[in-house]
Amino acid sequence: MAPQDIAFYIFSALTLLCGIIVITKRDPVTAAMFLVLSIVCLAGLFVLLQAFFLAAVQVLVYAGAVMVLFLFVIMLLDLKDEVRRRIRLVRGVLGLISVAAFAAVILHLIWKAKPGATLGTPALVGGTAPLGKLLFQNFILPFEILSLLLLVAMIGVILLSKRDLK
Amino acid sequence: MEILALLILLIPLFAAAFITLFTRRNPGSSALISIFACAASFLLSLIVYARLGDAQAIETEGIKWLSVGALNVELGFIIDRLSVLMLLIVTGVGLMIHIYSSGYMKGDPGYSRFFASLSLFTFSMLGIVFASNFFQMFVFWELVGLSSYLLIGFWFEKPSAADACKKAFITNRIGDFGFLLGIILLWSILGSVQFREIAANIKTNPGVLGSLGGLAGLLVFFGAMGKSAQFPLHVWLPDAMEGPTPVSALIHAATMVAAGVYMLTRVFFVYTAVPHWPNWLAFMEGVSPLNIIGWIGGFTALLAALIAVQQNDIKRILAYSTLSQLGYMIMAVGMAGTTAAMYHLSTHAFFKALLFLGSGSVIHAMHHEQDIWQMGALKKKMPVTFWTFLFATLALSGVWPLSGFYSKDEVLYSALNSNPVLFGVGVLVAVLTTFYMFRLIFVVFYSSARSEGAAHAHESPPAMVLPLVVLAIPTLLAGLWGIDSYLVPAPESEHARDLFSVLAAPFSHAPLVAIFGLGAVLFGFSLAYGLYYNQSRDVLAETAPWLSRAMRNRFYFDELYSWLIALTHENLARLANAIDRWIIGGLVVKGVHGTTELAGRVLRLAQTGNLQTYAFILVLGITVLLFVFFR
Amino acid sequence: MHIGLEHYLTVSALLFSLGLLGVLVRRNILIMYMSLELMLNAANLAFVAMSRFNNNLNGQVMVFFIITVAAAEVAVGLALIVALYRKRQTAHVEDLSSMKY
Repeated sequence: MAPQDIAFYIFSALTLLCGIIVITKRDPVTAAMFLVLSIVCLAGLFVLLQAFFLAAVQVLVYAGAVMVLFLFVIMLLDLKDEVRRRIRLVRGVLGLISVAAFAAVILHLIWKAKPGATLGTPALVGGTAPLGKLLFQNFILPFEILSLLLLVAMIGVILLSKRDLK
Repeated sequence: MEILALLILLIPLFAAAFITLFTRRNPGSSALISIFACAASFLLSLIVYARLGDAQAIETEGIKWLSVGALNVELGFIIDRLSVLMLLIVTGVGLMIHIYSSGYMKGDPGYSRFFASLSLFTFSMLGIVFASNFFQMFVFWELVGLSSYLLIGFWFEKPSAADACKKAFITNRIGDFGFLLGIILLWSILGSVQFREIAANIKTNPGVLGSLGGLAGLLVFFGAMGKSAQFPLHVWLPDAMEGPTPVSALIHAATMVAAGVYMLTRVFFVYTAVPHWPNWLAFMEGVSPLNIIGWIGGFTALLAALIAVQQNDIKRILAYSTLSQLGYMIMAVGMAGTTAAMYHLSTHAFFKALLFLGSGSVIHAMHHEQDIWQMGALKKKMPVTFWTFLFATLALSGVWPLSGFYSKDEVLYSALNSNPVLFGVGVLVAVLTTFYMFRLIFVVFYSSARSEGAAHAHESPPAMVLPLVVLAIPTLLAGLWGIDSYLVPAPESEHARDLFSVLAAPFSHAPLVAIFGLGAVLFGFSLAYGLYYNQSRDVLAETAPWLSRAMRNRFYFDELYSWLIALTHENLARLANAIDRWIIGGLVVKGVHGTTELAGRVLRLAQTGNLQTYAFILVLGITVLLFVFFR
Repeated sequence: MHIGLEHYLTVSALLFSLGLLGVLVRRNILIMYMSLELMLNAANLAFVAMSRFNNNLNGQVMVFFIITVAAAEVAVGLALIVALYRKRQTAHVEDLSSMKY
């Protein structure tokens, strides 16, 4: 087993484990922390896939900015622990079954179709330069629109967080 | 020739239209126009008779009337000996009655309307006579029914008259329904409604109607049953006496009711088809529709004669007498003696019209009193009326050598040859006929005046008396004219040449029948004389009270029918109510409402407002879609 | 076993399912939102894996955009949650049922 494969197994296991913890923990802060960890493991997977720039962006933006924002809001809202309401077992079981079915269908599709069977593992170096070239040549329009999107989001957030809108 | 026929047919129609549009306020003119129209038709009919001469028939062209799919109808005119005979009777007797009415109806506020209706009736009746195909005949058949409705209900303010005309029309309609079914049946099998074509078709192939041969004949007879008031559709004729007496004379004695017999004679070829029956009528196998016709005719004759024995209204007696004589004619048709039937129809037209007009004269003199037990000793007060009435009664009873004897003789002769039982019935009816007619004469014209009106009666005005006299001539002499040999020319050797052999013909030809006939007359006369000469009350009613009551109440047929109708009506109404309330109101209307509401309520449960429910359903949907499309 | 595309896609699918489960089952709105982020990340992983094995950088560009949009979306979404919390004083998703008929 090549070291990459071992790394893959470790990272994916960690990601999934953290994911499970995120959805089962009652305390939002803990959940947020584990989400951060999950994102970092995901970044590791990106590295294995030789998307170095994206791995860096993932850690910087997602883990660094987005999750921090999340934590800010959690702290701001200062939620008490989720009061234990009447346990709705039915809902849990139903959800589990439906999601399990969904996962089963998708996995079945993946393993039946085997998209990677015909593909090799070429020696790709996914550096920053080719990515940047692609971004600024073929995808320049979405790039600009994205900046507009960010502007709109900013304005929206400011508006929404005003105390009372006159 | 077609022009002549068209004129004969249309002049009365124009007269009716003219009177309705222009001379409503002018009674004198209306009468003149109507009488003139009828006279014109009569004269033209004489011309046609002369033109026909020795020929059997004249070929005429028809006008194409309508052509719908497989139905081709033309408007045609049949001019043969049968139709010429009917033409002369309808226009001749009709003319007499037109003249009579001008005197009888004087002073009536609806005088003009009466004459317009009379002309309309003449038009319709002539249409039936001329009809060359079933469709045309049926159209004019219905028109005659309509005219009858208008005339019976002439005094429509009287509730009894209004009811009577409705009853007549509805009963007629029931018969016509059967008639229509028969016509449709014939058309659907043979593809044509023309008499000529159907007759030729059946002649070349008597079995062409297949299993429906008997049924077609029976259904066509239904029309005659309605129009000629045979049992069980006989109930309308006595009630039709609510109309003015000239109407009773014209329509319900001489012409309209005879239309049934004429129709059967005209379409007799239907009965020459092999009488098979369909599977669901298999029990009728072996029975021919002619048998049924004969028995119904005989039964009607007997029933009506029995009822007439105890009637006390002068017009009712005559009405039942008409019924009885119609039964005779239908019976003759049933025994394939169509010539005898038509012969009796012709003589009956004369003497029955005379009888009715005479009774009208009596009623007029008695200031519209119709109960015979209020009359009496009118012989001296109204001599002309009496003598013509007597001649007509003798003719009706079948006294030699009057016209009625000859025609009745022929009917009985054909009965003896086909069905001795019906011969016996015929003889019995002859006895009863003589009995009740002489009962009438003895009570009305003899003994002593039983009321004020009778004491002060006097002879009627000339306009009314003249037609009586004119009609008495054929009543007396029609037997000698050889109507039957006109219709069906006899071989040379049998043709009687001189007066004496004509007079003696029935005795040499069929002595048994003649003897029975005359014997019946004698027997009936002596019974009547014994019971009713110089009596002031009805002896029979006292000796056999329940029988008399049954006869007087027309054997309760009307009550039976009204009970039946009420029963059917009520149950149908109940059924309709149930359907309307439960099925339409409940199931359909409320059902739709309820279903929609239920659906709404169920669907509303999906709108929980809960985000996670929606997400859950979303996931389910995606899973299913993926599963289905990419399996 | 040699790690192929299917393995990465499997991980992505499982991660996605986990996120979906979280959205369906959790009643705290912030946890729901975090599960949503998990789903987005799973999509990112799928994109990168596909891009790697198809030798096509378009997938990575897509991920770049997705991350950006996710960031914007989180910002707006959280602002909304804050406003909602101020109004209703609850972060419980079941209390937010004013759309119920």
